[in-house]
Amino acid sequence: MSNVPGELKYTKSHEWVRVEGDGTAVIGITDHAQAALGDLVFVETPEVGATLAAGDACAVVESVKAASDVYSPLSGEVTEANAGLADAPEAVNQDPYGEGWIMRLKLDDPSAVDGMMSAADYESGLED
Amino acid sequence: MPFIPHTESDIREMLDAIGAESIGQLFDEIPESLRLEDLDGVPEAVSEMELQRIMRARAGQDGAPLCFIGAGAYDHHIPAAVWELTTRGEFYSAYTPYQAEASQGTLQLIYEYQTMMTSLTGLDVSNASLYDGATSVAESALMAVRANRRSKSARILVAGAVNPVYLRVAEAIAGNQGLNFELLGLDAGTGLTDPSTLARYEEEDITAVVIQQPNFLGRLEDVDALTDWAHARGALVIAVINPVALALLKPPGEWGESGADIACGEGQPLGVPLSSGGPYFGILACRKAHVRQMPGRIVGRTVDLEGRTGYTLTLQAREQHIRRTKATSNICTNQGLMVTAATIHMSLLGAEGLERVAAASVANTRKLTERLSALEGVECVYATPGFHEAVLRFDRPVTPLLEALAGRDILGGYDLSEDFPELGHALLVCATETRTDEDIEAYASALAEVMLTVKVA
Repeated sequence: MSNVPGELKYTKSHEWVRVEGDGTAVIGITDHAQAALGDLVFVETPEVGATLAAGDACAVVESVKAASDVYSPLSGEVTEANAGLADAPEAVNQDPYGEGWIMRLKLDDPSAVDGMMSAADYESGLED
Repeated sequence: MPFIPHTESDIREMLDAIGAESIGQLFDEIPESLRLEDLDGVPEAVSEMELQRIMRARAGQDGAPLCFIGAGAYDHHIPAAVWELTTRGEFYSAYTPYQAEASQGTLQLIYEYQTMMTSLTGLDVSNASLYDGATSVAESALMAVRANRRSKSARILVAGAVNPVYLRVAEAIAGNQGLNFELLGLDAGTGLTDPSTLARYEEEDITAVVIQQPNFLGRLEDVDALTDWAHARGALVIAVINPVALALLKPPGEWGESGADIACGEGQPLGVPLSSGGPYFGILACRKAHVRQMPGRIVGRTVDLEGRTGYTLTLQAREQHIRRTKATSNICTNQGLMVTAATIHMSLLGAEGLERVAAASVANTRKLTERLSALEGVECVYATPGFHEAVLRFDRPVTPLLEALAGRDILGGYDLSEDFPELGHALLVCATETRTDEDIEAYASALAEVMLTVKVA
């Protein structure tokens, strides 16, 4: 059973969002997504300073067999990317909601988060 | 690895299993009107015996001319063992083997090829080849745009005298993908990229700079200065190389302060015979930092559960069978058979042999230009350092001279008047290690005679 922390928001394409008090949000891929991809060998993180619209492909997670896009759940500017993933992509497998975060976004509209899926919605989507 | 076609009964069994009457039935959804039963204007099939006769007669029309043309493809000696081994059944495939357990020999060969290419270029990784030199330039430019994320312009500067065919092919492949190629000026006096034309790009966003070394005119560019200039402006450097020349010249990985980022070029000089433009193969090597943007896959050496050495395809997750439209390239295959020949060729020559080929070619070209420029009305244009090609200027048009020489079974060189009109009646000549003193003398005396038939212009 996948771990789906209750305090986070989710997308159908298996990204999670943690809203911080300062108008930024930390984004990564879910435990379910990392398990489905298998052992990651490389994570291509976005360029700091890039402007993203919700739904833009912003990162690539690569396993031995496949490379998949990560989509930005919200619009905003990338203020930070997880540089640690360059040497330790396995952090996404081991700790998808912690050390395995992918980027931090300064949100254009922090209230857009309210329209995202709750943990309960995401979890019921996984069961379908 | 045997390739055995399906027998009639195999096919019957498969059709029965899926409940189809015939193979034709599988194509039922294609409307009758779109089907072509016969091809117009195609003659009846001929027997193998008849075909051999026709092809021998046609091959005979080529003659066996003395070749002094370079311009991107070179007439080097190929040891007999190269193609004897390359065409063995175990190697005889153009494709990368996917089934590692059945293809260790071929995989090991590609691993050796990649090792040799990284050693020649001074870079970290090499792919398993592309189609040819021209497509390798296009792929390198596309790769640079993906790799240089700081640059948003997709502008590619091309240093002075790059092979004009490479530039046209690169524009055809990458032009519609948003890339702009801009040619830097050529200093007709030196045959080198004009450094003064760089000034207008000082403040511009440039994605990459393409530098051919030796350049199309056979001259040696100041690659250190050009590389440092490009890097100082955040542009990547794409080196277009001749692998034989790398036996003598500084490898791209050592150009300037930090080296070129990508090296590409035509692999034909390594064991592939001249053949009406192909099949040849393209070289592509790069720094490890860019490996995930490199088209193609690499072969890695590893150990199995019992500790035995084994070879396997790796790093193919970015290819089109997995990434579809987001793949690093829509060219998914390579020139495996040509790479096999090149690898065997290099292993037979060794580093020292390759160096001797390069040095002999330089010496022969010098002999050739000295001999020809001794003729009235012929001058050697450049005194700048060069490799195994040189530009001669005539006091009369080059095209009729070349036609007259061809009538005497001599391919006199590459006519530059169309691509480089600023050079006047100019001819690019090359004498590889295969040309003897007698060959050069034969060319000089034939040229002296045919010049009498063409008026000074």
